[in-house]
Amino acid sequence: MSRTTLDLWVGVFVAMGIAALLFLALKVGSISGSDVQSPYSLSARFDNIGGLKVRAPVKSAGVLVGRVTEIRYDNEHFQAEVVFSVDGRYKFPTDTFANILTSGLLGEQYLGLDPGGEEKTLAPGDVIKKTQSAVVLEKLISQFMFNKAAEGDQAPAK
Amino acid sequence: MGRLMGGVLRKLGSLAVNGVWQFGFIARFFVLILRYSGQSFMRLHLTIRELYFSGVMSLLIILVSGLFVGLVLGLQGYEILQRYGSSEAMGTMVALSLLRELGPVVAGLLFASRAGSAVTAEIGLMKVTEQLKAMDMMAVNPIARVVAPRFWGGVVSMPLLAALFSTMGIFGGWLIGVVFIGVDDGAFWSQMQAAVDFRYDVLNGVFKSAVFGVAVSLIAVFEGYDCVPTAEGVSRAITRTVVSSALAILALDFVMTSFMFRGL
Repeated sequence: MSRTTLDLWVGVFVAMGIAALLFLALKVGSISGSDVQSPYSLSARFDNIGGLKVRAPVKSAGVLVGRVTEIRYDNEHFQAEVVFSVDGRYKFPTDTFANILTSGLLGEQYLGLDPGGEEKTLAPGDVIKKTQSAVVLEKLISQFMFNKAAEGDQAPAK
Repeated sequence: MGRLMGGVLRKLGSLAVNGVWQFGFIARFFVLILRYSGQSFMRLHLTIRELYFSGVMSLLIILVSGLFVGLVLGLQGYEILQRYGSSEAMGTMVALSLLRELGPVVAGLLFASRAGSAVTAEIGLMKVTEQLKAMDMMAVNPIARVVAPRFWGGVVSMPLLAALFSTMGIFGGWLIGVVFIGVDDGAFWSQMQAAVDFRYDVLNGVFKSAVFGVAVSLIAVFEGYDCVPTAEGVSRAITRTVVSSALAILALDFVMTSFMFRGL
């Protein structure tokens, strides 16, 4: 085979390979590192984070606005401290409420931000004070059972 | 009894010494390849020729197998996922299993048996017919002229082939899921994009395939260069290339997976 046709085939092969890599990066992977632009970090303390993981999405009104970057245990407050980065385009008021929510019945857990009404916005590095922990199924069930039992005790007394 | 023990120990000792010797030889050979790579890149068309033989010629088997693996993943994945009522997660499952494991590993195994064995056979036959010695006599370095181009041809083509394999597999999964079964097209792609991370999944897969490329190419050129210069020796070297490449790929895959994906 002559050298030019060989070069041509190799060129086609390499171009195809690079196109495949681009396809995997853009169409399949959607380069999720870049969907958070010029991020700033905020943190929040929770009594219980449930199954929240690093890299879990941070959503406000259902829209992805950032990602959880770090989860550590705060031994002073005996709470979990969740650090997350938020897209620089979005600003949240200082009385924003942070919840740990679940998407779907068996879905992944994510951090939900409910903005309040304050004029001032959170600066990078700020700590969100108003938080609500993850719902732990066992606690919910036991609460329900205790309530039922309490109702059962009261009924015959009447 | 004592003689038997001595015999067993001697056998074990020779095995260990041979193993270490072989390992040292392969490491020295690797350093030699790297050292003479610059010299072989002066004649780039040699490497491009090898890129053609190991890359372009493997294209058909890689693309067809990738398509079939994707089709099977689609069918099996749908079968399991629809039990939990989440058949939309099919795209996620197909993409993650291909990008993280199946793409690099299966493409590596196919590459070893398709291109690695051919490289071993070629170099082995050159040794049998004393072409390597003849080159040495003419002051042409056989490592720069014969070995390094084949090595680099394999190293460059392996990640590209793995990426093509994964792409074809995802296409196969899409074909089964969206076209034949009727999973929603938008859910298929959006769930896939939500779950697949560029750095964590795609780049780790590419890194894996690059490591496999180095391992397979090194084993292939080494076995060819090291073979006993007889017809039987060449055939044994080819067998060893395929077997040790497969073992190396699977073992390296386990090691890399345990470092890359530890579930945080």
